[in-house]
Amino acid sequence: MMAYIIRRLWQMIPTLLGVILLVFVIFNLVGGDPAYVLAGKISNQEQIDNIRKQLGVDQPYYVQLAIFAKQVVTGDFGSSWSTNERISSILSTRLGPSLMVMVPILILETILAIGFALAVAYVRGSLTDRAVMIVCTAGMSISILVYIIVFQYWLAYKLGWFPVQGWGNGFWENLLVYSSLPILIGLAVTIAPNLRLYRTFVLDEINQDYVRTARAKGLSDNKILWVHVLRNASIPIITHVMAGLPGLLIGAFLIERFFSIPGIGREVILAVERSDFPVVKAITIYVAVATMAVNLLADLMYRAVDPRVQLK
Amino acid sequence: MSAIAMTREHEVSPGLWALAWRRLRSDSVAMVSLSIVAFFILMMVASALGLVANNWSREIGINYAPPTWFAEDAPPPSAATANVPEVKPQDDLGVTAQPGDKKEEESGVVDPLADVLKEVRTETEKAGPAVVEARAATLPFGADKWGRDVLRKVIKGSETSIFVGLASAVVAVFLGTILGALAGFYGKWVDDFLNWFYNIFTSIPYLLLILAIAAVLNKKGMFTIILILGLTGWTGTFRLIRGEYLKHKEREYVRAADAIGASQTRRMFVHIFPNVSHVVLVQLSILVVAFIKSEVILSFLGFGVPVDVVSWGSMLNEAQSEMILGKWWQLATAGTTMAILVTAFSLFTDGLRDALDPKLK
Repeated sequence: MMAYIIRRLWQMIPTLLGVILLVFVIFNLVGGDPAYVLAGKISNQEQIDNIRKQLGVDQPYYVQLAIFAKQVVTGDFGSSWSTNERISSILSTRLGPSLMVMVPILILETILAIGFALAVAYVRGSLTDRAVMIVCTAGMSISILVYIIVFQYWLAYKLGWFPVQGWGNGFWENLLVYSSLPILIGLAVTIAPNLRLYRTFVLDEINQDYVRTARAKGLSDNKILWVHVLRNASIPIITHVMAGLPGLLIGAFLIERFFSIPGIGREVILAVERSDFPVVKAITIYVAVATMAVNLLADLMYRAVDPRVQLK
Repeated sequence: MSAIAMTREHEVSPGLWALAWRRLRSDSVAMVSLSIVAFFILMMVASALGLVANNWSREIGINYAPPTWFAEDAPPPSAATANVPEVKPQDDLGVTAQPGDKKEEESGVVDPLADVLKEVRTETEKAGPAVVEARAATLPFGADKWGRDVLRKVIKGSETSIFVGLASAVVAVFLGTILGALAGFYGKWVDDFLNWFYNIFTSIPYLLLILAIAAVLNKKGMFTIILILGLTGWTGTFRLIRGEYLKHKEREYVRAADAIGASQTRRMFVHIFPNVSHVVLVQLSILVVAFIKSEVILSFLGFGVPVDVVSWGSMLNEAQSEMILGKWWQLATAGTTMAILVTAFSLFTDGLRDALDPKLK
């Protein structure tokens, strides 16, 4: 087990190097000299020169790459070009709001989607099943933008049930007042596709022999569904949920933007709009590292749920 | 001997595509979806050729003309001429909105161009009555801020959105197929190298990668966005095609081809490719849907098509501020049109997959 983890960590190094290289190519080679980007934004020539020196623009590319690699290793990406705020402090302050919106969405959505999927799979082939599937398919095809605009207008602006946008200071205030509508929208958008997916996972299991055996033994349908079937169907479900985890970090770009939630996603959009490269670079690197870590975690959880899985 | 050969010739069994087409034809949902998709594509082509909606930017209605069916409170059409602000839409704050001044009101920022605009406005007002034709008070699907027909705008927007979806899906699937074929067929270091590449691209969330590239490329335009989506979206296809090639390269027919001296390229693309092409087709149609959605989001955020090009995303962007004034028709029309296409395309993809791979449930 330990050997496996160490080997996996070791294998991450080339991937991380590749990510560094990719980000470097995008920002330093394609992006070109920051002086052009910054020309309209920072009037102070001295400051631009300083940034150019920090990046080593006038040095050969391998020196620039080494500078960037050092930034990644030390975790010190310098400061934002637009606000001059330290990037480490930008990330640490924006992480909380993102998680506060995304973690409840993830938890609620997983529970609800699994519950509905089991229920729908139980009545598979019936009118209810088909109706739910049609609603899901139609719901999935509506753009997330439409959901956000309509919900924000109708529930917050028209009916006044929620604040239209904003963010407070207290934890509970943020969670219960400001996050509730974003969470609701997140659920509306994510449940439909996941319900459809989990239903097929459950259906794959429900026709297996062990289900028939359990039924022959006289187990109740509830027990078969919630204990036997769910346990087996949980393997692909876990993979799917884990695959969605890195998304937590960037949050839902659009939701954060519409509701002015000071999270990572909104920060990315702002940084892209302002051509604030260091922020985008830092977030990309961190998210890539997190993704790799989560993938490892997913494989380990796989093993925990399904002892048949061999880690090699 | 020849008699046997003759009978054999008459019993040619239908190929994969003929069978698949037969199965697809018997799937009524898939056929209805296919005709909807075909209709949209025809509409896109007609719009690109200038047959429909080529005058989409003409301001044929009054500002924010409501849809005909919902226009109980609209003024009689006879009163509808352009320059008289005869409709003063009450918004929800009870403020009477002046159609021309909406921009300043929304942002609350002093417009640096206000003087210039005023000049332009007075000039157009002077020249106005001569040039401007009578505008309709209502339009079937309503009008936008400038009185342009929303229906024509949606058709024009479909040209951008569907074309971007199709073109970038073709780029992504092409890349994925070529790389996947190389990795699966050659194995060894080629496979290792391309897998490394794959790992890099999949460890950065797709939307973040797109935004990072959009941040760097300052050139907005259809070509840029197709390139961005195509260069980032190849990973799923790569994985699947690589797996297929791994499976197929050991099959007997490929070994036989090797034995009679078929070159590597020939084996890869003439012998194996037709046998995995159904995977490519399904991937293509999955990606078209995904990319249409992505284009809408990118254009909405302002990283997509330029401002003078209309797409569904830019329409939704306008609709966002219109909603506050209670003008919901542009949002409804663009949103519904997109939803219909995406639903039809997804259902068609499902049908296609079932038809091409009957072993799959």
